[in-house]
Amino acid sequence: MIEIRFHGRGGQGAQVASKVLAVAFFHEGYFVQSFPAFGVERRGAPVMAFLRIDREPIHLRVNIYEPDHLVVLDPTLIGAVDLTSGLKPNGWILINSYQPPEAFRGLKGFRIATVDATSIAIRHGLGSRTNPIVNTAILGAFSKITGLVGMDSITLAIREEVPGKKDENVRAAREAYNEVTAEFHSER
Amino acid sequence: MKKVITGNQAVAYGVILSRVEVVSAYPITPQTTIVEELSELIANGRLNTRFLKVESEHSAMAALIGASTVGVRCFTATSSHGLAYMHEMLHWASGARLPIVMVNVNRAIGPPWNIWSDQSDSLSQRDTGWIQLYCENNQEVLDTILQAYRIAEIVRLPVMVVLDAFVLSHTSEPVDIPSMEEVDRFLPPFCPSYPFEPEEPKAYSVITTPEYFFEFRYKIQKAMEEVSEVSRKVEDEFYVHFKRRYGAIERYGGEKADLLLLTSGTVTSTSRLVVKKLIEQGINVAGVKIKRFRPFPAKEISEAIKGAEKLAVIDRNLSPGVGGIFAQELRAALYPGEEKPVIFGFISGLGGRDITPELIEEAIHYALSHSQPEEEILWLGLKK
Repeated sequence: MIEIRFHGRGGQGAQVASKVLAVAFFHEGYFVQSFPAFGVERRGAPVMAFLRIDREPIHLRVNIYEPDHLVVLDPTLIGAVDLTSGLKPNGWILINSYQPPEAFRGLKGFRIATVDATSIAIRHGLGSRTNPIVNTAILGAFSKITGLVGMDSITLAIREEVPGKKDENVRAAREAYNEVTAEFHSER
Repeated sequence: MKKVITGNQAVAYGVILSRVEVVSAYPITPQTTIVEELSELIANGRLNTRFLKVESEHSAMAALIGASTVGVRCFTATSSHGLAYMHEMLHWASGARLPIVMVNVNRAIGPPWNIWSDQSDSLSQRDTGWIQLYCENNQEVLDTILQAYRIAEIVRLPVMVVLDAFVLSHTSEPVDIPSMEEVDRFLPPFCPSYPFEPEEPKAYSVITTPEYFFEFRYKIQKAMEEVSEVSRKVEDEFYVHFKRRYGAIERYGGEKADLLLLTSGTVTSTSRLVVKKLIEQGINVAGVKIKRFRPFPAKEISEAIKGAEKLAVIDRNLSPGVGGIFAQELRAALYPGEEKPVIFGFISGLGGRDITPELIEEAIHYALSHSQPEEEILWLGLKK
């Protein structure tokens, strides 16, 4: 089983990101389980969403405490929340940031990747300049760095699950796929 | 067609596929997305159903009582305080023998305010004359709604389909959604026994003297006693069409286990993993899922627990002053029988606290290592 935790702020689409990725894995024959952190979060407040994938039916029905990978929609969460809590050693931390992965060297013992999903979203007219919707772009980057799920499945899932601007969302995901940069931080 | 959907979406699909004609509801977390989905489909003209807007859950159920009385299939959904507010009308629905189907998304009742999973809302309605069915996954949610209309319309009692807040209601997973044609073959249109004709006005549920009232209640009990057999037949038919079955209870794990773990709702799902793991470690244990709470499947459980020395029950609910409600029902159900296993009554996960595999394992190990529980109520995961 692989467990993924999404960090974002209320309104950024962490829950939709988890659902779209779930559908992408589902199209590749996986069993999936996608859920938001069951809270009473408000717009702008730190939120989480979760995804389990497995080749077997998923019976486990509890929160994810020790994720394999993290997807971070908002870099301002680093330092603001206990981001790496429970994260397994050498797990991926995929961050939406214009900075290179080296800028996040402080997150020791994990693999870091960054993609400027905010600029990509703005270029494709997703959301507004002040509140860009980055959740589809970042999934393209996820496909590239982890190699766990194909870009075709991500594309299909976006077309099925995202209510509007389907072409723009797909293009944003493809662009993020090409632009993501990754660095392995082996030292702990 | 398989789709990745939430428990609440599974409910909406179940309602659409059942060709429900009237929906009335009032929003409350975590149920709201069910009626949001249905009202949107109705507003867009994609669902030929009447949506009655009301100012409260009490009125939602009152509206359905009217709709069901004149002979249409109807639906509502609620949670927690909404269900409590409906209480009077719940008695009315069963007393009037109306086959209404309602979904209750299990949520704690405040104060303190809490929106998370806890069975105390539905279980505190246990004496209202409603059949209650608890679900373990989103597929079971959809399937149970289809079955619920069949059962309700045969025994003429209302059915409450229950699912855990968030753990199912807001969790997306693959669900096989049958086609309308397939469901039509399983679920025929509702034919009321006493259809209402405007040309022939009638008064219903008028004052009934002690000379007659008693027998009305007797008949409700008799109808409840038919539920086991009717459900079995309905599920046999369901299996023919859809190749899935659930049962009033389900026993899984070791064949001749000394210790059985009894659970309901999504706790069963996680328990399956724990039981499997412990069996692999050589521990002789099995699990029993209790799906139907009302009428309580006493006979089925007595059969399933034969030979077991100990029962560990995990209740995600509390009847203050007594303990876990499933444990109490179980004690009452087993008292007349010959099998008298020791019952360990655990309370866990109140107000949505996670019931983790570690806690379930702790419960099993406690029951294995004690000949008797040290206390009437065993608190699992309580902060001390």
